[in-house]
Amino acid sequence: MIDLKGISKIYGQKKVVNDVSVSIAKGKVTSFIGPNGAGKSTLLSMITRLLDQDSGEVLLEGKNILQAPSDALAKKIAILKQSNHMDLKITVRELISFGRFPYSKGRLNERDHEIIDEAISYMELEEFEDRYIDELSGGQRQRVYIAMTIAQDTEYIFLDEPLNNLDMKHSVQIMQILRRLVRERNKTIIIVIHDINFASCYSDNIVAMKDGKVAISGKKDDVIKKEILEDIYEMDINIECIYGQQICVYFDEHEDASVDDFIEDQVRA
Amino acid sequence: MIHKLFRLDIMILLLVVLSIISMFVGVVDLSPGDLFNLSDNQKNIIMESRFPRTVAIIIAGASLSVCGLIMQQLTRNKFVSPTTAGTMDWARLGILIALMFFPTASLLVKLLFASALSLAGTLLFMQIIQRVQFKDVVFVPLIGLMLGNVVSSVATFLSLRTNSIQSLSSWLQGDFSIIISGRYEVLYISIPFLIVALLYANQFTIAGMGQDFSKNLGLNYRRVINIGLLITAVITALVVVTVGMLPFLGLIIPNIISIFRGDHLKNTILLTAVLGAVFVMICDILGRLIIFPYEISIGLMIGVIGSFIFLIMIFRRVKSNA
Amino acid sequence: MHNGKNNRLLLILTIATLAIAGFYILYQLNFDILFYQLPSRVNRVVTMLIVGIAIAVSTVIFQTITKNRILTPSIMGLDSVYLFIQTIIVFIVGTSSPLLTNDFVNYLVSMLGLVVFTVLVFKYLFRLTGNHVFLLLLIGIILGTFFNSLSTFMQMLINPDDFLILQNSMFASFNAINDSLIWITGAIVLLMLIIVLRDFHSLDVIALGRDHAINLGINYDRKVSQLLLIIAVLVSVSTALVGPIMFLGLLVVNLAHEMFKTFKHRYLLLGSTLIAVITLLLGQMLTQYVFNQAVEISVIINLVGGVYFIILMLKESRR
Repeated sequence: MIDLKGISKIYGQKKVVNDVSVSIAKGKVTSFIGPNGAGKSTLLSMITRLLDQDSGEVLLEGKNILQAPSDALAKKIAILKQSNHMDLKITVRELISFGRFPYSKGRLNERDHEIIDEAISYMELEEFEDRYIDELSGGQRQRVYIAMTIAQDTEYIFLDEPLNNLDMKHSVQIMQILRRLVRERNKTIIIVIHDINFASCYSDNIVAMKDGKVAISGKKDDVIKKEILEDIYEMDINIECIYGQQICVYFDEHEDASVDDFIEDQVRA
Repeated sequence: MIHKLFRLDIMILLLVVLSIISMFVGVVDLSPGDLFNLSDNQKNIIMESRFPRTVAIIIAGASLSVCGLIMQQLTRNKFVSPTTAGTMDWARLGILIALMFFPTASLLVKLLFASALSLAGTLLFMQIIQRVQFKDVVFVPLIGLMLGNVVSSVATFLSLRTNSIQSLSSWLQGDFSIIISGRYEVLYISIPFLIVALLYANQFTIAGMGQDFSKNLGLNYRRVINIGLLITAVITALVVVTVGMLPFLGLIIPNIISIFRGDHLKNTILLTAVLGAVFVMICDILGRLIIFPYEISIGLMIGVIGSFIFLIMIFRRVKSNA
Repeated sequence: MHNGKNNRLLLILTIATLAIAGFYILYQLNFDILFYQLPSRVNRVVTMLIVGIAIAVSTVIFQTITKNRILTPSIMGLDSVYLFIQTIIVFIVGTSSPLLTNDFVNYLVSMLGLVVFTVLVFKYLFRLTGNHVFLLLLIGIILGTFFNSLSTFMQMLINPDDFLILQNSMFASFNAINDSLIWITGAIVLLMLIIVLRDFHSLDVIALGRDHAINLGINYDRKVSQLLLIIAVLVSVSTALVGPIMFLGLLVVNLAHEMFKTFKHRYLLLGSTLIAVITLLLGQMLTQYVFNQAVEISVIINLVGGVYFIILMLKESRR
């Protein structure tokens, strides 16, 4: 359980994050959604101590995270930011091995190697193991970084826009893996995500932000609602139930027909 | 309030007033009243020293500032200038080589050589920064400064071999007191280059937007870039040969103008030239007065005042980014 | 997977270093003045070892922190400050003052001046610029220009004889270094080295960048300021001992990267140190036997290092 109490961040005159208080449940996937500049990534950085907040506190299981030693924290929470440009001559396996640093401090033992192997197979990276990072495609690299956070083996995993630069197949693959981590290992996963349909399909809880504030937070079915989303994104959004998933449709309507008609047409044809 | 001061007419007026003052500041007593009743000695001083010096200040100040402005437009980086791109170091290496290998050649030949080297050096710099992965505004001038350091280490090597390091270093320290008639006239060469710069002002602005953008507007990108670099290289070499290094001048003047008057070259290029002249004139007059009857060289004055202003500029930028 | 190859490479470099050092010490040894010549040569080699460690280690760490292969701590205007200190001594108290003639006093003054300068730039400006390292460097360089202007001006005013004496301190030299200074510097460098080596794994993590390092439990901001302090001390003591050699760090660390092709600091630190010592030895032999002391070693190294820098930039830009 993570509790945020009145978190704010101010740049110059602008309150990028404004008095945010919210709780994140354990053992669930929680997505942060909202338009550009809503303060999602900034908030994530503050929760994970990458950035100091100007006021408020983050409580991890009741304790202020800033008072915990940084290396102990690294065994509890893992964070992966979105920009991961790296110039180093480093192989996939070596990078994933860094996930064990909080435990091994650089001297890997048998157990560490096992966990690294597991993370590699979890992300299906066996064939790339010995390749250099800069030889991989964006999607492959993203999987390597996620493997590193898996190797870190923390209860809480934070991912800042993990689907950036990924095609549909890999996006789905990553989201499935996140679900699997929750299901099989009881991890708590917190992601910042732009695509509301991915958020809707794969998360348990959703926190919607706008202008630095939490607009609404709760179970996904309570958040994925027409009026709420229209208010947050300031555009027309229709919600349709397709294969049991709530899907937001925010494109111009097809001629005069509603989306329902459109789908029916397709089915008939 | 200050905004209003940065107008062309006010600046020209200021320059005229300062130029007149400059004519009367020096070891030999000379007051405006003497003008109608000059002794031979005073006449001599005016024609041989004071007048050339004042003209040299105006030309050097104006042309170096314009150089900086052009370079900043072409690289789209406010921190690039003849100092921070290493152009000055190349020019001085050129002079040194010329002095060593053909000491008897005329000043013009030496100048040509120095210009060629600064052009080559600036081209090299442009090549590097156009393709380097980091486009960080601060990283680009860092490369230039490193490059400049490499070039000056070559210069040091050469001058050590010939035992000319002290005379080299005094040459490099910008100094107007060495300007007398017969030694500064080559500076006039920079005037036609300045005029070309004025004519090309618009094109420089467009070229600064990038190759694709220029092509889209039907501009011969390569040619404009080359003309810009040629102007910069020749002017820088001219100033280094006749006056010496004037660090940071090409950096701070265009930046001050840009803060108060914006970035459209057509509107600012003349103003930059005049402010450059005014700035150098003020520094030189101060240098003559502070430890009168001795002089503080202009290189030192500008080095100290210029680096100070530059630091303030950086911090302003940091604050506005934060 | 490259560890085996890299270990072999380290071994080869070690043997090469020992061989070249041995050759340097024994070459054309004159038995009549053996008791003078031998210790003086050994002294030089020890000095080169100390300077090599200081420069290589500080540059490796600096590049790790800045995540950049073409920046080194010495471009921060340190040599300008060193030169300024020397010039102002000559300018104000003259060449006969113990401040200049007494190695020990001069060393102490230079070292303190440099450490104070670097720490001020790093510590104070770090806060102002908000961890923007490039900006920090630019400010360092401008301060360098500032001091250079002052030095050049003073140099023009002093008489040519004094200038010749001053000129000696403008270039690094391994000749006639005071014994006790070697030991003092050696002790300081060793201390810094131990602090760095004790925790060299965290350097690997810092190389991943701030976000990753914090995620993996490094107390990043504190660790980095501690490392910057170490860099400041290393560069300062080595400059105060022999004088500035601007491009040495750049040269040797990049050579080490070329050879080892790894991010692991175990190899980078050791490898670049060995390469630094070899470079210094070769430079010294060039100075002594090819140029007959007419050209200072730092000038040769700056020349080679500088040209290498340009090549490096062009190579980088071709990618």
